[in-house]
Amino acid sequence: MQPKLGLTGWLRWFWRQLTSMRTALFLLLMLAIAAIPGSLVPQRSSDPNGVTQYFADNPDLAPVLDQLQAFDVYTSAWFSAIYLLLFISLIGCVIPRTKHHFLALRAKPPTTPARLSRLSGFIEHDAPAETDASAAITHARTLLKSSGYRVARFEAEGESSVSAERGYLRETGNLIFHGALVGVLVTVGFGGGYGFSGQRVLVEGQTFVNTLLAYDSFNPGRFFDDGTLDPYTLSLDDFAVAYEQLNLQAYGQPIDFTADVTVTPKGAEAEPSVVKVNGPLRTNGTSIYLLGNGYAPTIQVTAPDGTVVFSDSVPFLPQDANLTSLGIVKVPDGLAEQLGMIGFFYPTQDKAESGANFSSYPDLEYPLLTLNVYTGDLGLDDGVPTSVYALVTDDLTQQNGGSTGVDSIELKPGESTELPNDLGTVSFIDNDPAASAAGDLKQSVPRFASFDIHHDPTQIWLISFSALVLFGLFTGLLVPRRRVWVKATTRADGTVHLEYAGLARGDDPALGSAVTALADRHLKLLKSHQPIVATPETT
Amino acid sequence: MNLTDPALLNSYSLYALYSAMGVYALAFIAFAIDLARRSSAVGVIEAADLVETDAAASAGAAASAGGTRTLERPALKRPVLSRLSARMDNDAAMPYGRSSSLRVGVSLTVLAWALHLVATVMRGFAADRVPWANMYEFAMTGTLLIMTVFLLVLVRSDLRFLGTFVTGLVLVLLGIAALQFYVEVAPLPPALQSAWLVIHVFVASLGTGMFALGFALSTVQLLQSRRENHVLEGAAAPRGAIASALRLRFLATLPSSVTLENLSYRINIVGFILWTFTLMAGSIWAEQAWGRYWGWDTKEVWTFIIWVIYAGYIHARATRGWRGSRSAWLSIIGFSAVMFNFGIVNVFFKGLHAYSGL
Repeated sequence: MQPKLGLTGWLRWFWRQLTSMRTALFLLLMLAIAAIPGSLVPQRSSDPNGVTQYFADNPDLAPVLDQLQAFDVYTSAWFSAIYLLLFISLIGCVIPRTKHHFLALRAKPPTTPARLSRLSGFIEHDAPAETDASAAITHARTLLKSSGYRVARFEAEGESSVSAERGYLRETGNLIFHGALVGVLVTVGFGGGYGFSGQRVLVEGQTFVNTLLAYDSFNPGRFFDDGTLDPYTLSLDDFAVAYEQLNLQAYGQPIDFTADVTVTPKGAEAEPSVVKVNGPLRTNGTSIYLLGNGYAPTIQVTAPDGTVVFSDSVPFLPQDANLTSLGIVKVPDGLAEQLGMIGFFYPTQDKAESGANFSSYPDLEYPLLTLNVYTGDLGLDDGVPTSVYALVTDDLTQQNGGSTGVDSIELKPGESTELPNDLGTVSFIDNDPAASAAGDLKQSVPRFASFDIHHDPTQIWLISFSALVLFGLFTGLLVPRRRVWVKATTRADGTVHLEYAGLARGDDPALGSAVTALADRHLKLLKSHQPIVATPETT
Repeated sequence: MNLTDPALLNSYSLYALYSAMGVYALAFIAFAIDLARRSSAVGVIEAADLVETDAAASAGAAASAGGTRTLERPALKRPVLSRLSARMDNDAAMPYGRSSSLRVGVSLTVLAWALHLVATVMRGFAADRVPWANMYEFAMTGTLLIMTVFLLVLVRSDLRFLGTFVTGLVLVLLGIAALQFYVEVAPLPPALQSAWLVIHVFVASLGTGMFALGFALSTVQLLQSRRENHVLEGAAAPRGAIASALRLRFLATLPSSVTLENLSYRINIVGFILWTFTLMAGSIWAEQAWGRYWGWDTKEVWTFIIWVIYAGYIHARATRGWRGSRSAWLSIIGFSAVMFNFGIVNVFFKGLHAYSGL
């Protein structure tokens, strides 16, 4: 019959298993393996469109993978289980070690071993004549102490010795490293909850007020209170892009994006500022990032009676490097029928042999807007939210373009044309007619910038913990922890025999040379301190 | 010669790079000849003698080897370990004298390294920025750093026996870079215009150089430990068995597996610190460029995986039963992941770290 462990026994056994180094290592390797699927399958967090596409491409496999949380690997139950166990194991390992280290920090170095010759770096020397064993050890003690060793002196029959230890910082660093890792995990886990991230597209000349409703999309953290949003305003004054023009290999590649903005804190003066890629604007407790840009052609729709029913700069989403852009115009009211338009904008229009339009350069050299017109029910009256970047054409009749046999509407800046079915007129408003008339079309179409606005009060914690992690790694891996002993034995004939040895505690490549160097310095010191042999004085 | 013309500078950079590859190839041959010579030097001595010297050198006492080789690493290696702490003991089973081919190999490597350096610096001047903004340039700078680390380590420890591996690896990587990844000089896209490009990518390359050497040492360590085991077992076995086990005879002239393990560990921990820094610097840059410090982008995932593997490697040294060959495998897997992250993830995986036109 086996002795029963009992509940406490089992718990203790489990705890011991969990906190053992072998389990920690196993969990580490599991963590590495468990992270792999997230790089093979698109993740909802970083690539939601990829996930949708994956479902479309693999209709049978995708639901199975979804059941296994393969599209949310890093928040999945199994991934979380591994890293939580790992961190519990880590904490369970670090706490007793901290206690132990705390005691070691206050303890005296251990007694000098009887046989130093068995230890590494062992060297023996005969002390210079007239050396006193006890004095030699005093010198050794001073020497070790000045080199940062903690020392303890031991006296025995006919022999004196000093026991020294250094490198406590190694274990301190080790513990700081692991503790700071816990700090990083906790900060990452809870930190996001106290902030928010929001997106907003601004066309040149537009202004945004930092309030919940003004965001195109808004993701608050669990603990974030919308009421705390600081209602400053942000205006996009100008968006400038520089294109490479000298290097023909990279002709037309954008080399700079600059968003000139004006920030006006509530009740304070407006201050001009700049947002760049890699150069976020930190203001009013938020960070403003420049994450996208494109053209926003100004389109105006006029009813047959001359009433303007739509007039706006519509952000068109870039489709390629030369900024062929796609945009949607919806005119629900004011015309005989609801009107939807799918537009393509070509900053520098060119025609392929097939007759299809394309853009051959991203800047405004020969801008052209084409519009396919749809009439019917836009589906906006059902109260179901719809995307402003998509047109559901199910209940719409296409009037031109595509297979209708009627050519798409083509407009250059400043041009207007009749809409089909005598619905009215559509115009492509020129932003700077004077310059265009002079042949410079660069300002004819406004640009838009898409901004991400984030607030994360815990980032300062994260960076501090990260700095501690690095500090802990440096000291925990590179500071040598070692013990060193020096022993002086007085022989029967009165001469003194010196022994030096060391013991590495952890990886310590320089131990041997450290002991040798100590011995050399000690001998030198002994020689320089030799009592001057009294010469008989003449009177 | 107009040194301000980027196109011309770039073509000189290419000439220098191809010359460097030629000289690396010669160095590779010299190092390979050296390995062959080591083997024949070992062959001269009778196998019987070999067994004796060997067992004595690595074990101290062959007698204790008898029955105690269980799950743990042979206990007999423990006492050796502490004394091996000196920087780099030449505890090779078979002393190996001066070798002219080894010296030729190192000289050629230094020459090739100088050409390589010139090629990289010229590319940087041609582009008017740091020469590591695309795959081609990153491979060029990364291999330059691998070689620099190798040559610097040579000053302190005699690791010349790794010459075949290091020159071979650099040659293969440079070949792939020049043939597959080559792109013309292009200006930095706004997303890469950051001081962190200089820091983050440079430290990542330096870390990669460390891991490459650690990988090489771990590989030799595994071979060496296999040989040592065969030698220990072979003491009682028939001669034929020993001969077959000792096909890579040059191993006898290399340091013992324990020394190799210690060296590999020391180089890998430096690599690990650099990698940790790479990860953090990358996070800071990601926060500035993308508005979040961590988003599980494919490249971030693999950087994390590599970090965890090497963390495992370091812990393995302190884990019963994992010292020695098992931890060596972790170092090998770690470096394979580094190469995978560089060569496969960048090219075939979708993510934010896509380089313009490679």
